[in-house]
Amino acid sequence: MTEHELVVIGGGPAGLAAALAAWEQDVRDILILERDNQAGGILNQCIHNGFGLHRFQEELTGPEYAGRFIDLVKQTDIQIRTDTMVLDLTRDRVLHAVSPRQGYEAIRAGAVILAMGCRERTRGAISIPGARCSGIFTAGAAQRFLNMEGYMVGKRVVILGSGDIGLIMARRMTLEGAKVLACVELMPYSGGLTRNIVQCLNDFDIPLYLSHTVTDIRGKNRLEQVVVSQVDGNRSPIPGTEMVFDCDTLLLSVGLLPENELSRQAGIEIDPRTNGPLVWENRETDLPGVFACGNVLHVHDLVDYVSAESEQAGIAAAAYLHGNRPAGGEIRLVNGTGVSYTVPQHFHREAETLELFFRVRNIYRNAAIRVLDGDAQIARFKREHMAPGEMENIKLPKVLLDRVRGNVLTVEIEEAPV
Amino acid sequence: MDFDVVIIGCGVAGADCAYELAKYDLRLCVLEASNDVANGTTKANSAIVHGGYDPLPGTKMARLNVRGTAMMGELCRKLDVPYRNNGSLVLSLAEEDDETLRTLYAQGLANGVPGLELLDRERTLALEPNLSPAVRGALFAPSAGIVNPWELCLALAETAVRNGAELRLSAPVTAIRRTAGGFCLSTPKGEVTARYVVNCAGTFSDRIAAMVGDRSFAIRPTKGEYFLLDKSEGTRVDHVIFQCPTPAGKGVLVTPTVHGNLLVGPNAVPTGPDDTANTPAGMDYVRASALRAVPGISFRDNIRNFAGVRANSDRDDFILTESAAAPGFFHAAGIKSPGLSAAPAIGPELLDLLEGAGLKLKKKENYIDSRRRVRFHELSDEEKNALIREDPRWGRVICRCETVTEGEIVACLHSPIPPVSVNGVKRRVGAGMGRCQGGFCGPRVQEIIARELGMDQTEVLMDWEGTWVLCGETKGGSAL
Repeated sequence: MTEHELVVIGGGPAGLAAALAAWEQDVRDILILERDNQAGGILNQCIHNGFGLHRFQEELTGPEYAGRFIDLVKQTDIQIRTDTMVLDLTRDRVLHAVSPRQGYEAIRAGAVILAMGCRERTRGAISIPGARCSGIFTAGAAQRFLNMEGYMVGKRVVILGSGDIGLIMARRMTLEGAKVLACVELMPYSGGLTRNIVQCLNDFDIPLYLSHTVTDIRGKNRLEQVVVSQVDGNRSPIPGTEMVFDCDTLLLSVGLLPENELSRQAGIEIDPRTNGPLVWENRETDLPGVFACGNVLHVHDLVDYVSAESEQAGIAAAAYLHGNRPAGGEIRLVNGTGVSYTVPQHFHREAETLELFFRVRNIYRNAAIRVLDGDAQIARFKREHMAPGEMENIKLPKVLLDRVRGNVLTVEIEEAPV
Repeated sequence: MDFDVVIIGCGVAGADCAYELAKYDLRLCVLEASNDVANGTTKANSAIVHGGYDPLPGTKMARLNVRGTAMMGELCRKLDVPYRNNGSLVLSLAEEDDETLRTLYAQGLANGVPGLELLDRERTLALEPNLSPAVRGALFAPSAGIVNPWELCLALAETAVRNGAELRLSAPVTAIRRTAGGFCLSTPKGEVTARYVVNCAGTFSDRIAAMVGDRSFAIRPTKGEYFLLDKSEGTRVDHVIFQCPTPAGKGVLVTPTVHGNLLVGPNAVPTGPDDTANTPAGMDYVRASALRAVPGISFRDNIRNFAGVRANSDRDDFILTESAAAPGFFHAAGIKSPGLSAAPAIGPELLDLLEGAGLKLKKKENYIDSRRRVRFHELSDEEKNALIREDPRWGRVICRCETVTEGEIVACLHSPIPPVSVNGVKRRVGAGMGRCQGGFCGPRVQEIIARELGMDQTEVLMDWEGTWVLCGETKGGSAL
């Protein structure tokens, strides 16, 4: 068994930023384990621009954004081991990994950062009925084929789900000469960023059908037709509203799921709302010395926020290794009206400024975010527009936190008077 | 004559027939319409080894089910096929079910099913605490189990091929002509002549029979739809959980699979011979029925739906006989449930029929009756390291959900029946069977198939002929 001070599982944007932050805090023995054959994670297939506006105040492509962090890591003694799959994580922080070069090995870690990212929900996850023909891809798998392998997956395309990857792929397929016939969204609003609706659908005259879904898939061998129906308020298809699209490809952009199989193996508590570990404000899980950041913790819209969150986790892991523990009792965060989750889910009373990330359940205009200590409002933030597809964040400064009396804070949305 | 015997169809019945016949000095050929074995009913069913209390006493189904189930453990051990003898429970969920259980129990005794027991409510719940509180009791069949059906078929076919049988894939039989002393079968890959023919063509077996003028039976294809749930649901039940059968079939069952998932289904709907589409009504029915027996199933952890077509016929029994219309032509047709359970006994049964019709059988000297396949994730740390030292590709995990390495994929591509599609690889080594359903590993599996078989990546299919995946290169061209 080998030993390392800090082991980071995953060499995508989260893992890279977390490792760098820990290095900045004088942790000198850091090992990043990456399952793919290069670092960078999913950014390597995101060749469109729009990354880094917050972080670097410029528009980078995914590989460029990842490249900035990889270059910084190369200037340190942080080791990146690629082609390495972590198969198991124990409660006493022993990792079992396998790779072509090192074989099967056990590694004991002083601290662990979970940065495994997320995966796409599939046809099975949402039980789309219809034939079992070829031509049905998750948007990310199609993106890998086009952008990393250089192959086209089809000529006439329907996209189910208006998540960001689906929107990006609508534009990408169009630029490669395919005809994108429709983007179909179950909800009455898009799940993606507004800028992607504008730049990837509207600019190419691709219709977006809100409150619609795919109700049949037809094709003996390859996909031949997709049937799309309108849905009612309960998201049930309305008979008689069927539209038939002749197409050879259906791309699914129907949500992302944090990949927490390792976390579950280690018995780390998972929040069913985020599908990620339950964490403190420093991104420490309920297993001491194990931290989580990026899309394994909750699915982000912008990589810039992933980097920021991961730096917090890196700093916290360094503090843990240096023997510094957060002080103060637990204050839990409760989701009030209109809030589907918060990260973190709880924090220490002595925490410095608390930055809360969360998603709302509906589209809101001219509403406000309220933070309540029991019945008492301790903070209120006005928002012109909020949507489930766009992550919200608020900052609660220490002076405010010092005033908290109870051990529960509620975050809720106050709708504008109609 | 090119062959002594030609078998039409390489599902589990045809494969078992080939496995048994390959033990003898015979010129043997298997013609399969699809581009892979096990690609019809065999790959899409409940994967259950039934106890044998369902068929009416005196039927071939009853006899071959009990015999096949008794043979299954040893066969799977010899040929390295995942199998677990976990036993089954038929639940009573209402007063009228109690009578059904007693009938099944009596039938089981008459059929010679070993170890059957009627359990009361307490013993039933002690065995399966996640059952509905409405459960009143159960019929326990300790000989029942679960198996990997397509690997069973593959293992049987591989063993036959290793012992000299010739397997022709993508060779659908389009016409059959009587010749002096035998038959001439037309396929797109040319004609084949044989003294004897065995029809194991599943849902198409009536069409094959009609080619020799035999219209004595008709296949009534009956679709069954399923949910396959994530391994996180795989321990929801330990036994195969049935509800009481109805005239429509054995009803919706809930069972662990040998891979550790939870399988839920099927319904029973008349359909065409290759209609494997899922329907909203079918899925709703299966979901609701299963929850009556096991209320806690988390269907949000579903990873895949599929449907299979049973080769039901207009007879109440398997059709295992020489054709009256065409002597020398044999049927293993109408192999509906419990066909998979009976499969190990179907080959020997046909062997007897062929011998009775005059086929001379002489045992082969060096028959290979074993098979081994390396499953990386089952190895000890030392064994894993030994393999990786020998070939580093054993250390590269391609399918992260099921921990399948490049070494396993390469090995299967050079096995006796190499796959030609992504799903062919999936059926052999499990890559893409997990929760991401090949989202991550699919492109890499394609690349490995193309490399190992010397084909262009755009030629690699998802599954059967026509299921293309890629339509060409991007404007910038492929990375390779």
